[in-house]
Order: sequence, then structure tokens, then C-alpha cells
Amino acid sequence: MTSPMQDPNTSFLFGRLTFGALPFHEPILVATFAVVALGGIATVAALTYFRLWGYLWSQWFTTVDHKKIGIMYMILGVVMLLRGFADAIMMRLQQAMAFGGSEGYLPAHHYDQVFTAHGVIMIFFVAMPMVTGLMNYVVPLQIGARDVSFPFLNNFSFWMTVGGAVIVMLSLFIGEFAMTGWLAMPPLSGAEASPGVGVDYYIWGLQIAGVGTTLSGINLLVTIIKMRAPGMTMMKMPIFTWTSLCTNVLIVASFPVLTAVLVLMTLDRYVGTHFFTNDMGGNPMMYVNLIWIWGHPEVYILILPAFGIFSEVTSAFSGKRLFGYTSMVYATVCITILSYLVWLHHFFTMGSGASVNSFFGITTMIISIPTGAKLFNWLFTMYRGRVRFELPMMWTIAFMITFTVGGMTGVLLAVPPADFVLHNSLFLIAHFHNVIIGGVLFGLFAGMNYWFPKAFGFKLDEFWGKISFWFWVAGYWFAFTPLYVLGLMGVTRRMRVFDDPSLQIWFVIAAFGAALIAVGIAAFLIQIAVSIRDRKKNRDVTGDPWQGRTLEWATSSPPADYNFAFTPVVYDIDAWHDMKANGYERPLSGYEAIHMPKNTGAGVIIAGLSVACGFALIWYIWWLAIVSFIGILVVSIGHTFNTKRDFYIPVQTVVDTEARRSKLIESGA
Amino acid sequence: MSSTVTHTGPRKFHLDHEPHLPEGDSTMLGFWIYLMSDCLIFAVLFAVYAVLGHNYAGGPGPKELFDLELVALNTAMLLLSSITYGFAMLEMARDRQRQMLGWLAVTGLFGAAFLSIELYEFGHLIHEGATPGRSAFLSSFFTLVGTHGLHVTFGIIWLVTLMVQVTRTGLTASNKRRLMCLSLFWHFLDVIWIGVFTFVYLMGMI
Repeated sequence: MTSPMQDPNTSFLFGRLTFGALPFHEPILVATFAVVALGGIATVAALTYFRLWGYLWSQWFTTVDHKKIGIMYMILGVVMLLRGFADAIMMRLQQAMAFGGSEGYLPAHHYDQVFTAHGVIMIFFVAMPMVTGLMNYVVPLQIGARDVSFPFLNNFSFWMTVGGAVIVMLSLFIGEFAMTGWLAMPPLSGAEASPGVGVDYYIWGLQIAGVGTTLSGINLLVTIIKMRAPGMTMMKMPIFTWTSLCTNVLIVASFPVLTAVLVLMTLDRYVGTHFFTNDMGGNPMMYVNLIWIWGHPEVYILILPAFGIFSEVTSAFSGKRLFGYTSMVYATVCITILSYLVWLHHFFTMGSGASVNSFFGITTMIISIPTGAKLFNWLFTMYRGRVRFELPMMWTIAFMITFTVGGMTGVLLAVPPADFVLHNSLFLIAHFHNVIIGGVLFGLFAGMNYWFPKAFGFKLDEFWGKISFWFWVAGYWFAFTPLYVLGLMGVTRRMRVFDDPSLQIWFVIAAFGAALIAVGIAAFLIQIAVSIRDRKKNRDVTGDPWQGRTLEWATSSPPADYNFAFTPVVYDIDAWHDMKANGYERPLSGYEAIHMPKNTGAGVIIAGLSVACGFALIWYIWWLAIVSFIGILVVSIGHTFNTKRDFYIPVQTVVDTEARRSKLIESGA
Repeated sequence: MSSTVTHTGPRKFHLDHEPHLPEGDSTMLGFWIYLMSDCLIFAVLFAVYAVLGHNYAGGPGPKELFDLELVALNTAMLLLSSITYGFAMLEMARDRQRQMLGWLAVTGLFGAAFLSIELYEFGHLIHEGATPGRSAFLSSFFTLVGTHGLHVTFGIIWLVTLMVQVTRTGLTASNKRRLMCLSLFWHFLDVIWIGVFTFVYLMGMI
């Protein structure tokens, strides 16, 4: 019975952390580190030179404003997208090169970390933060609220997500990351097969981020239930708020399973228990079941808000009320429930027998029915509408085409006998990139282009937006269609080298597609830079640049700290459209002081201590783990003694803010 | 399009006065949802115990290990602590701070007694060689029961914190709300324990 506690190779002060953990022998990592370090030093120097630290701390890091927290989530997502995409292009390059006896340029040890990190980062630290960011920004505005129910918790959740990302990024330069694939299946991820720190980085990165996700799910759920404007009944909520509600139900109901299963895995690795081991009665398939009981709802957590975005965009840019609002709501709820009844389709090959496989095959296929209903609703919304092909609408149409193909290959994979052939093949890889890029990512781009003017007061540049759009869409098809072909030919995922030279051309095409996507990402960054440069030209003075229909467009762009000077009253699903159609005039007097929550640094501090604690546990630095854990307790308890958590925005501030808005509106008129 | 709303005269699209939401209006709902998410963690641990609980791997099983009399005593401690917490809440409703603090202290003591007996049981098992690493059965047993014990530990830390806060600031609205949250938490742990007592200990002896 060995447990890491008695490992003789660890020192008291540094645990198992030695200089050998620094990757001096890997030139790619040394170069990356140099770039990151230089960039980091430049950023820190610039912030210091322009004396921005105090501003950042007091206005952003400690903020409890849902709008700022939403923006910070988006920034985190974009930064991590660059890291996740760097991993992707490394994989595509390796696979395109490693033919005919060539080993490519990545050693196995490095390649395995790259594909693991790519999956983990893209799901947990790109898609999740961006989806959460959009929900955070938009939902309170759509329901006419001043903030979320628990503003401090919101700040804390964000920093825990950042904490998880920091842990995963640390693994790049100190030690190694998991070499197990993004779900770290045992027994490969167990202590025997993966004795290094890689899986421990994985575990603690996800646990810390998971705390943030769960709390943010509870927060938004309560916000939507409790803080809707008067008159907004459940069936008058904007559809994005509905999909957010369902997503947060899924978060609250599935992330605890991830937490629990990772705890069990941790005990196996740290204490020597036998949950998922091959011996002493353990059962690795238990892990596979549990992780997918979280994992399948997780993909719906990502796609449902995207569906909401597409619904809002289609309706706004077709100049029509959403077709089939009620059926849209029921479809969303159906998907929410069904997403819990399909997890076994991820491992039909487990051998659970024909009856079990049939059940999960059929439930999986049933999901395509409400999803199909949604697609028809979008099409009927466009039908006989005056469709404006602005950027958000372009992303939406690209989604409809791309996602439908992904949905059909999904139904194909749901047929157990077909799955036995395609399991773990590149066909599966192509399928889920088809739905995640074609669904979630296109949705995020539609959402960013749609709500950017609301958040910053000016539209995103259209030219660079279109470049980004075409390169992303074309890049997607070039990168993943070859994988469908290869998958049908039986090529399995996660291969580093290939023998059959006839396959190479497909990998070269896929690598070309990845290069197109790289251009798409670059164009997106340029789009933001150019838009900031030309912000005067693209100014949105009205607060309603797209002829929007929901409440977020009723207030200024960007909205004041308090969102709405007066709490709106809602009579219709398209509340803002209804207000405009019925001669609503912005009230110009009678303002009152507004009760708001106060900023606090406790969230940043607790998240920082959590990172220290996670790092210590990864490296067996037990004293630091104990000290930082006690620190977490002390700061958390100390925070509950802080009773000065709210303040009133004085009437005069409200008057001034609204007067500035009046001036702005006049300037555009 | 607003056929569902009947109204006379021009519609008002905003409230004239700030709606006054009572402070902490959403807290009980939020805390309840948190408890349900915690409940799911226990659900996973129960499920794992159901799957792995008979995998003794040649090691000792429940009949050789469990001492039902000790567990009965332990259960009594926890159930009594729930009753005394209820008494504390009754005193809180009557705004009798000193009596309430007294009952909270008794609750904490019962909780500590529960933990001590549990730790004694664990120590005894480990001493006999029935460690968490001995078999999948023992892994899932220690994890399920231990997770519950960990929750009780945090409950006691929270209880002490709240007693300090009440002593310092009195029975304010926010303190009452916190006490209500802890009350939910404490009773929730009781419910979980009844599950543990039934499924792990009683059914283990059949």
C-alpha cells in the first residue's frame, strides 16, 4: 500500500517539485515560455507605466457588476481560445507530417499532452467562459434587473474560473499536463499508469473552475426566477433567457457529478482507494458512466445558450416576432430533460447489451426532434421577413447549414451497430467539432457581433468581421470534412504517426483548413482592434442599433451601472418592440436613488488562495496546501463579517447620467 | 399583440418608484438550490456504494466490521442535534437571543459528539486493517460516510461563526437569514445520514 503521503522522493519544502520539472529540454516550450514571459512583462510594464493597476483593481477585478464580469469572462475565453487553437494547429501539423517513416515534430509525450490540453481548454476555458460571459452580460438586462441575485458570488465564480485556467496554463511550464485525453479515463489516468503531475493538474484545474461554474449556475438560475421585471411571466421571457435558465438548471444538476467523480479519482490517486482501479474490486467503467452523466448535459449547457442567441438574432434581423415561441420553449425544456437520458451513447462499446444500447440509441435519436423543431422555427421566422444580412445573421445562417450536417452525423452515431464501427474514430471527432464549432462557436460569434454595441457603445467593424466569418466557415469545412472521410475509412483518433501514405492527403487538407481558421481568428482580433480605432464612426447613440426587440435594447449602450433608470414593466414577449410600437417615451424626470451592491476583493483573494492550494496539492507541498486552505477558510469567514455590502447611487448621479444619454441621443438625431 | 393584458388608458412602461426588494430576498432559494446540488454529490456517492459495496476483494465485509450499537448511538447524537437546532430556531422566532445561543451550543456539542464517535469508528476500522485502500467496498464506505462527516465538520465551523456573529451584532435580519440557511443545511445532513444509516449500516447487516 503506497500513498503519496509516504513518498520518499519528496522534500518537505517543495514536495516533488524540482528543477527537473522545468521543461528546458523542450525547445518548443522554451520558445513559448519566452514569448509568454516577454508578453507578460510588457503587459505588466505598460500597466505600471500608465498607472492602471489601481483602476483595474477597483473598477474591474473587484467589481460585482454583472456587465463587467461578463466582459471579463469573454476576455478570458478569447485568450484561452488562442492557447487552445495553438494546440489544434500543432496537432494538425503533426498529423499532416508524420507519414512515410517520419515521426513528425512532436514526441509522443508532448503530443499526448497537446491533444488533452486542447480538449480541456476548448471546453472548460473557452466555450464555458464565453457562454457564461454572454449569459452574465445579457440575462439581467433582458429581464430588466439591476444585477444578478448574488453579485459577490458572481465575482467569486469568475475568479475561480480564472484560477482553473491559471492551473492549466501553469502545467505548460512547470511539469506536464495530463496525457490521457480530455476526460482522463482510468485506468490510464490512475496512479499506476500516470504517476506524474499531469492528471493532478487536470483534476485541480477542473475542480477549482468547477466551483465557479456551479456557483454561477445557481446565481443565474435564482436571478432568472426571482428578479424578472414586473409583468414578465415565465412565458414572456426572452428566448435567450429561457435557454439560459435551462442551461443553468443543467449546470446545477450536472456539475456536482463532475465534482464527485473527480474527488473519487483524486482519492484513487492520492489515498490509494480502489474506485476505478482494475484490482481490489474497483471498476473503471464506473468512472466512464459518471463522467458522461456530467459530460453529456455539458454539451447541452454549451449549445442551449447558442440556440437562444440564434433565436434572438433571427427574430431581430428578420424584423419579425420569433416563430413558434411556445414550441421553442418546450423544445428547449425537452432537450434539457432528454440530455440526462443519453449518456451511455458515448460508450455503446462498453458491452451493456442490446436492450440498454437500444434504449440509449433511441433517446439520442429523439433529441433530434425538438432540435429539428427549433430549426424549422428559425426558418419560418425568416420566411417572409425582411432579412438583413448583417454579421450576426450571417453567422446564424452558417450555423443552420453546418449544424444540420452535424446533427445528422450525430443521429448516425446514435445507431449502436454503426457506433461499433465508428467509436473513437475521426468520424466522431468530425461530428463533435461539427456541432461545437458549427453550433456553439458560430453562436458565440453571432452573439458577440450582436451584443458588442450594447456592451461598448459602438458596432464591430463589418469588413474584418466578414473576413473572419468566411475564413472560419470555409476553414471549418476544409478542416473537418476530411476527418469524416478518414473516420469512415477507420482511422482512429489521437494517432501521432501513420503508415498508410494514401491517407496523407486528407490530413494535409485538414491542416489547410486549420490554417484558414487561423486567418479567421486573426481577422477577428483585427476586427476588434479596427473597431476600437474607428469607434466614433460606428458609434451607437440610440442604444438600439439593430432595431432590437428585447429589453436590453431599451437602455443606453453601454448601459449605466444601474442598467435602467426606472424598472421597466413588461406586457409582451418582445417587450422593447412592444414599447416602441406603443409610443413609449423615455422618462426624463422623477429619478430616485438606486440601491446597488458594493465591490469587494474577497473573490480575487479566495480564488488566488485556491490556486495556491491546488498547486500545492499537485506537487505534494503539504504545508502550503494546509496553509492556503486555512487561508481560504479565514478569508471566507472574514468576508461574512463584512456588513457594508451595498450603497445608494445618489439621485444626482442618475440625473447626470441620464442627461448625458439625452445629449447623446440628440447628437445622433 | 398584447391581447393577454387588459388595461385601461395608456400603459405604463416603467415603475414610478424603485421597487423595494427585501434584502436577501433570493438567499433561501439560492441556498436551497445549492443544497440540491450537494444532494447530487451524495447521490453519486450512494450510487458508487450501490455498485461497489459488495466488492470485498477478499477483505472484511459489513457484518464483520459494523457495530450497530455504536452506530445507533451516533445516529441518536445527530438526530438530537437536529431537534436542539429546531429549539434554537423557535427561540429565534421569539427573539430570545440568549436561549437561542444556548440551544445552538447544545447542537454544536451533539454534532461534535457525533463526529467523535465517527472518528473513533474509523480509527477502530483502520486499526483492524480495514483501510480505505483495502477494497472497493471500504473505499466507497469511507468516502460516503466521510463526506457526510466532513459536511458536519463544516456545519460546526459555520455554527460557531454564526454564534460569534449573533453575539456581536444581535438577531439582525441577515443573521436570522444565515441561521435559517444553516438550519436547512443541518437538517439536510440529518436526512442524508438516515440514508447512510439505512443503506450502509442496516442493509449491510442483512
